[in-house]
Amino acid sequence: MMRAVLVALLLLASPAFAVQPDEILNDPGLEARARAISQNLRCPVCQGEDIDDSNAPISRDLRLAVRERLVAGDSDTQVIDYVVARYGEFVLFSPRAEGSSLMLWLAGPLMLLAGAGIALAMSRRRAVAAEAETLSEADKVRLAELLTK
Amino acid sequence: MIIEFGHFTLVLAFMVAVVQSTLPLWGAYRRDARLMAVADPAAVVQFLLIATSFVALTYGFVTSDFSLKLVVENSHTAKPLLYKFAGVWGNHEGSLLLWVLILAAFGACAVWFGGNLPSALKARVLAVQGSIGVAFMAFMLLTSNPFVRLENPPMNGNDLNPLLQDPGLAFHPPFLYLGYVGLSMSFSFAIAALLEGRVDAAWGRWVRPWTLAAWVFLTIGIAMGSWWAYYELGWGGFWFWDPVENASFMPWLISAALLHSAIVVEKRESLKAWTVLLAILAFGFSLTGTFIVRSGVITSVHAFANDPERGVFILGILGVFMGGALTLFALRASVLEAKGVFAVVSRETALVANNLLLAVSAFVVFIGTIWPLIAELVFARKLSVGPPFFDAAFTPFMVVLAIILPVGAMLPWKRAEIRRAMRPLRGALVLALAVGLLVYAVQTGKSALGPVGAALGAWVVMGALIDLWQRLGRGSVGDRFSRLPRLPRADLGKVVAHSGMGVTIFAVAAMTAWVTEDIRTVKIGESFALGGYDVTLQAVNQVEGPNYLSTMADMIVRKAGVVVASLHPEKRMYPVAGMPTTEAAIDQGVFRDLYLVIGDAQDDGGYAVRSYIKPFANWIWGGALLMALGGMLSLSDRRFRVAAGARRSEAVAVAAE
Repeated sequence: MMRAVLVALLLLASPAFAVQPDEILNDPGLEARARAISQNLRCPVCQGEDIDDSNAPISRDLRLAVRERLVAGDSDTQVIDYVVARYGEFVLFSPRAEGSSLMLWLAGPLMLLAGAGIALAMSRRRAVAAEAETLSEADKVRLAELLTK
Repeated sequence: MIIEFGHFTLVLAFMVAVVQSTLPLWGAYRRDARLMAVADPAAVVQFLLIATSFVALTYGFVTSDFSLKLVVENSHTAKPLLYKFAGVWGNHEGSLLLWVLILAAFGACAVWFGGNLPSALKARVLAVQGSIGVAFMAFMLLTSNPFVRLENPPMNGNDLNPLLQDPGLAFHPPFLYLGYVGLSMSFSFAIAALLEGRVDAAWGRWVRPWTLAAWVFLTIGIAMGSWWAYYELGWGGFWFWDPVENASFMPWLISAALLHSAIVVEKRESLKAWTVLLAILAFGFSLTGTFIVRSGVITSVHAFANDPERGVFILGILGVFMGGALTLFALRASVLEAKGVFAVVSRETALVANNLLLAVSAFVVFIGTIWPLIAELVFARKLSVGPPFFDAAFTPFMVVLAIILPVGAMLPWKRAEIRRAMRPLRGALVLALAVGLLVYAVQTGKSALGPVGAALGAWVVMGALIDLWQRLGRGSVGDRFSRLPRLPRADLGKVVAHSGMGVTIFAVAAMTAWVTEDIRTVKIGESFALGGYDVTLQAVNQVEGPNYLSTMADMIVRKAGVVVASLHPEKRMYPVAGMPTTEAAIDQGVFRDLYLVIGDAQDDGGYAVRSYIKPFANWIWGGALLMALGGMLSLSDRRFRVAAGARRSEAVAVAAE
């Protein structure tokens, strides 16, 4: 057990030489795209690191594969599809908003709407209650009488 | 012998906690003053017993007593003294002991500073606090005993995880725990209020300082952790949306909501049920965090003491406390009647919006953290949720929060007019938009992050300053400043904390948007350009530290030929733990950090070097410190001192005994 923790920490602690100098593409535009894509792909064997930061050999392979596809002229989506087709959606750090993952994406906005609705309903009820507390119709008539006297 | 004594006092503390959690509760129910009076001494005795136990364990670490299993696993004779101390809580069992120590300390503080609490309320608060102690001490004694001895003690230990051997991290856990556990006080007050069926302005005034203190500690703890990650993990990130980071962030968000809604309870006797619910949830998220960190159900880079059996136990504690509390809430919340009414446009509404945004953002963090688990259990999908999701799903709520903050902070209570509240803020609005446009014009690249972050930051900070200006009354600048010392500390705290939030928003956006990065192989003697600087790798030396070996680079940074900094990034190897660490070298500046990392030797005789210019990096933590400072200022407000300090003189006497 302790060993597993140590191995995990070892992976984490390895010098952060994620992207090696020899991997970098000559075209800065392509390289920037490669970096952006890498930051959204998870290293399949690490503890929640992206392949851009990870030091694991498989991450290096993936980084090279991403660059290879980009040089071959793939679009960003095609590159991501290429990796997902081989490693599954597990490698996506941001699950696609489809199927059951839709719930994940909608949870926040829906809860905000529900909360706002409840808050509004409560404030209405409170306002009505407050009005009822202040003066009844009979009281108002009586008040008007007194004031006109 | 000392170790056995520590073990014994821990068992004794457990017994005392059992008494503390039952008799006073029964007494409060029966209105029996004698039974209620048990709570005070029990809480103090429980604290003293656990403190003794903690001292005993610390003694074991400092003297390197390798007959203790925990010391063998987490210490070494060659380790510097500071880390022998820090080693006490740098592991599962020891950190739990610190957890219950702080829990008991908060209980004892409630006795020392709670002199003017009604006796029944105090008895109930202490009983609930005691019951949390019972649960966690049972957890320790049954599954994670720190006092386990080894039959054949080894000659030396396995050393503390080298990553934890850092001054920043040595004090990160105690602050976090002070925050996590501090929320137990708000929880105990909430449960006591539900049992009493009464929440009033006085209750709000009692709960707020505890929540504020917990929040301040959490803020400092999170900032320390983030700063540590920035300089220690070697790629200069400050927040990774890791499950364990999220575990500390969720209670922070909820307690921020709670300390705002408690203001409404205190000032306007409204939002009572909601405040009680938040107090329950805040501690609930603390417990969830404990579960996430210690159970290993969710993979995390921190993953510390993964053990399913322990996980089940904590889940049990979480279930009992949250299930019980929420059931009680469902049964009793209707008793808590609101008194103050407010119009749709009012300070109250603004605080409701604040609460809604903070609570929903905490919920988004929560669901993102546990979604991989749900997806696997329910939908049989193995997927990951990471930084890109949180950046997209969490940030919008913070943007909206920052937009409404300055307006809400200046709205009058009960009934207000937006236009009137906006009038003094027009200057801030114009300035913020101007800053945003200027930044957009100046920056290269089309990212919206920089301009939006700068505009929001300026808006929040300016809004806070205008709020302060208005609070200082009329007259000349001198007149106004002469009133500054007389301003209630809570108002000053609000201004400082809100500006801190603005500073952090700006800095996060600025650093993310404008970072310069360079990765290359450099030979000794070679130079390269980084932003406007020239970096030279002078030499690489092998250096021996107290318990590590280091590959230390000697690098010089020049700007236009003038030496700006001489930096020594290191790669360390800790032979006992068999672990390497990177020590980035950072030249800290007001407007930018130069951040250099040395890597492996390459085949061609050069070294891999990663270098960054991180603009406004220190402002991130500076903003967090401002928030904490604001909280502390607010905590020192006179009305809390009046509420809490009625028996201060006696408290001092007790502490001195």
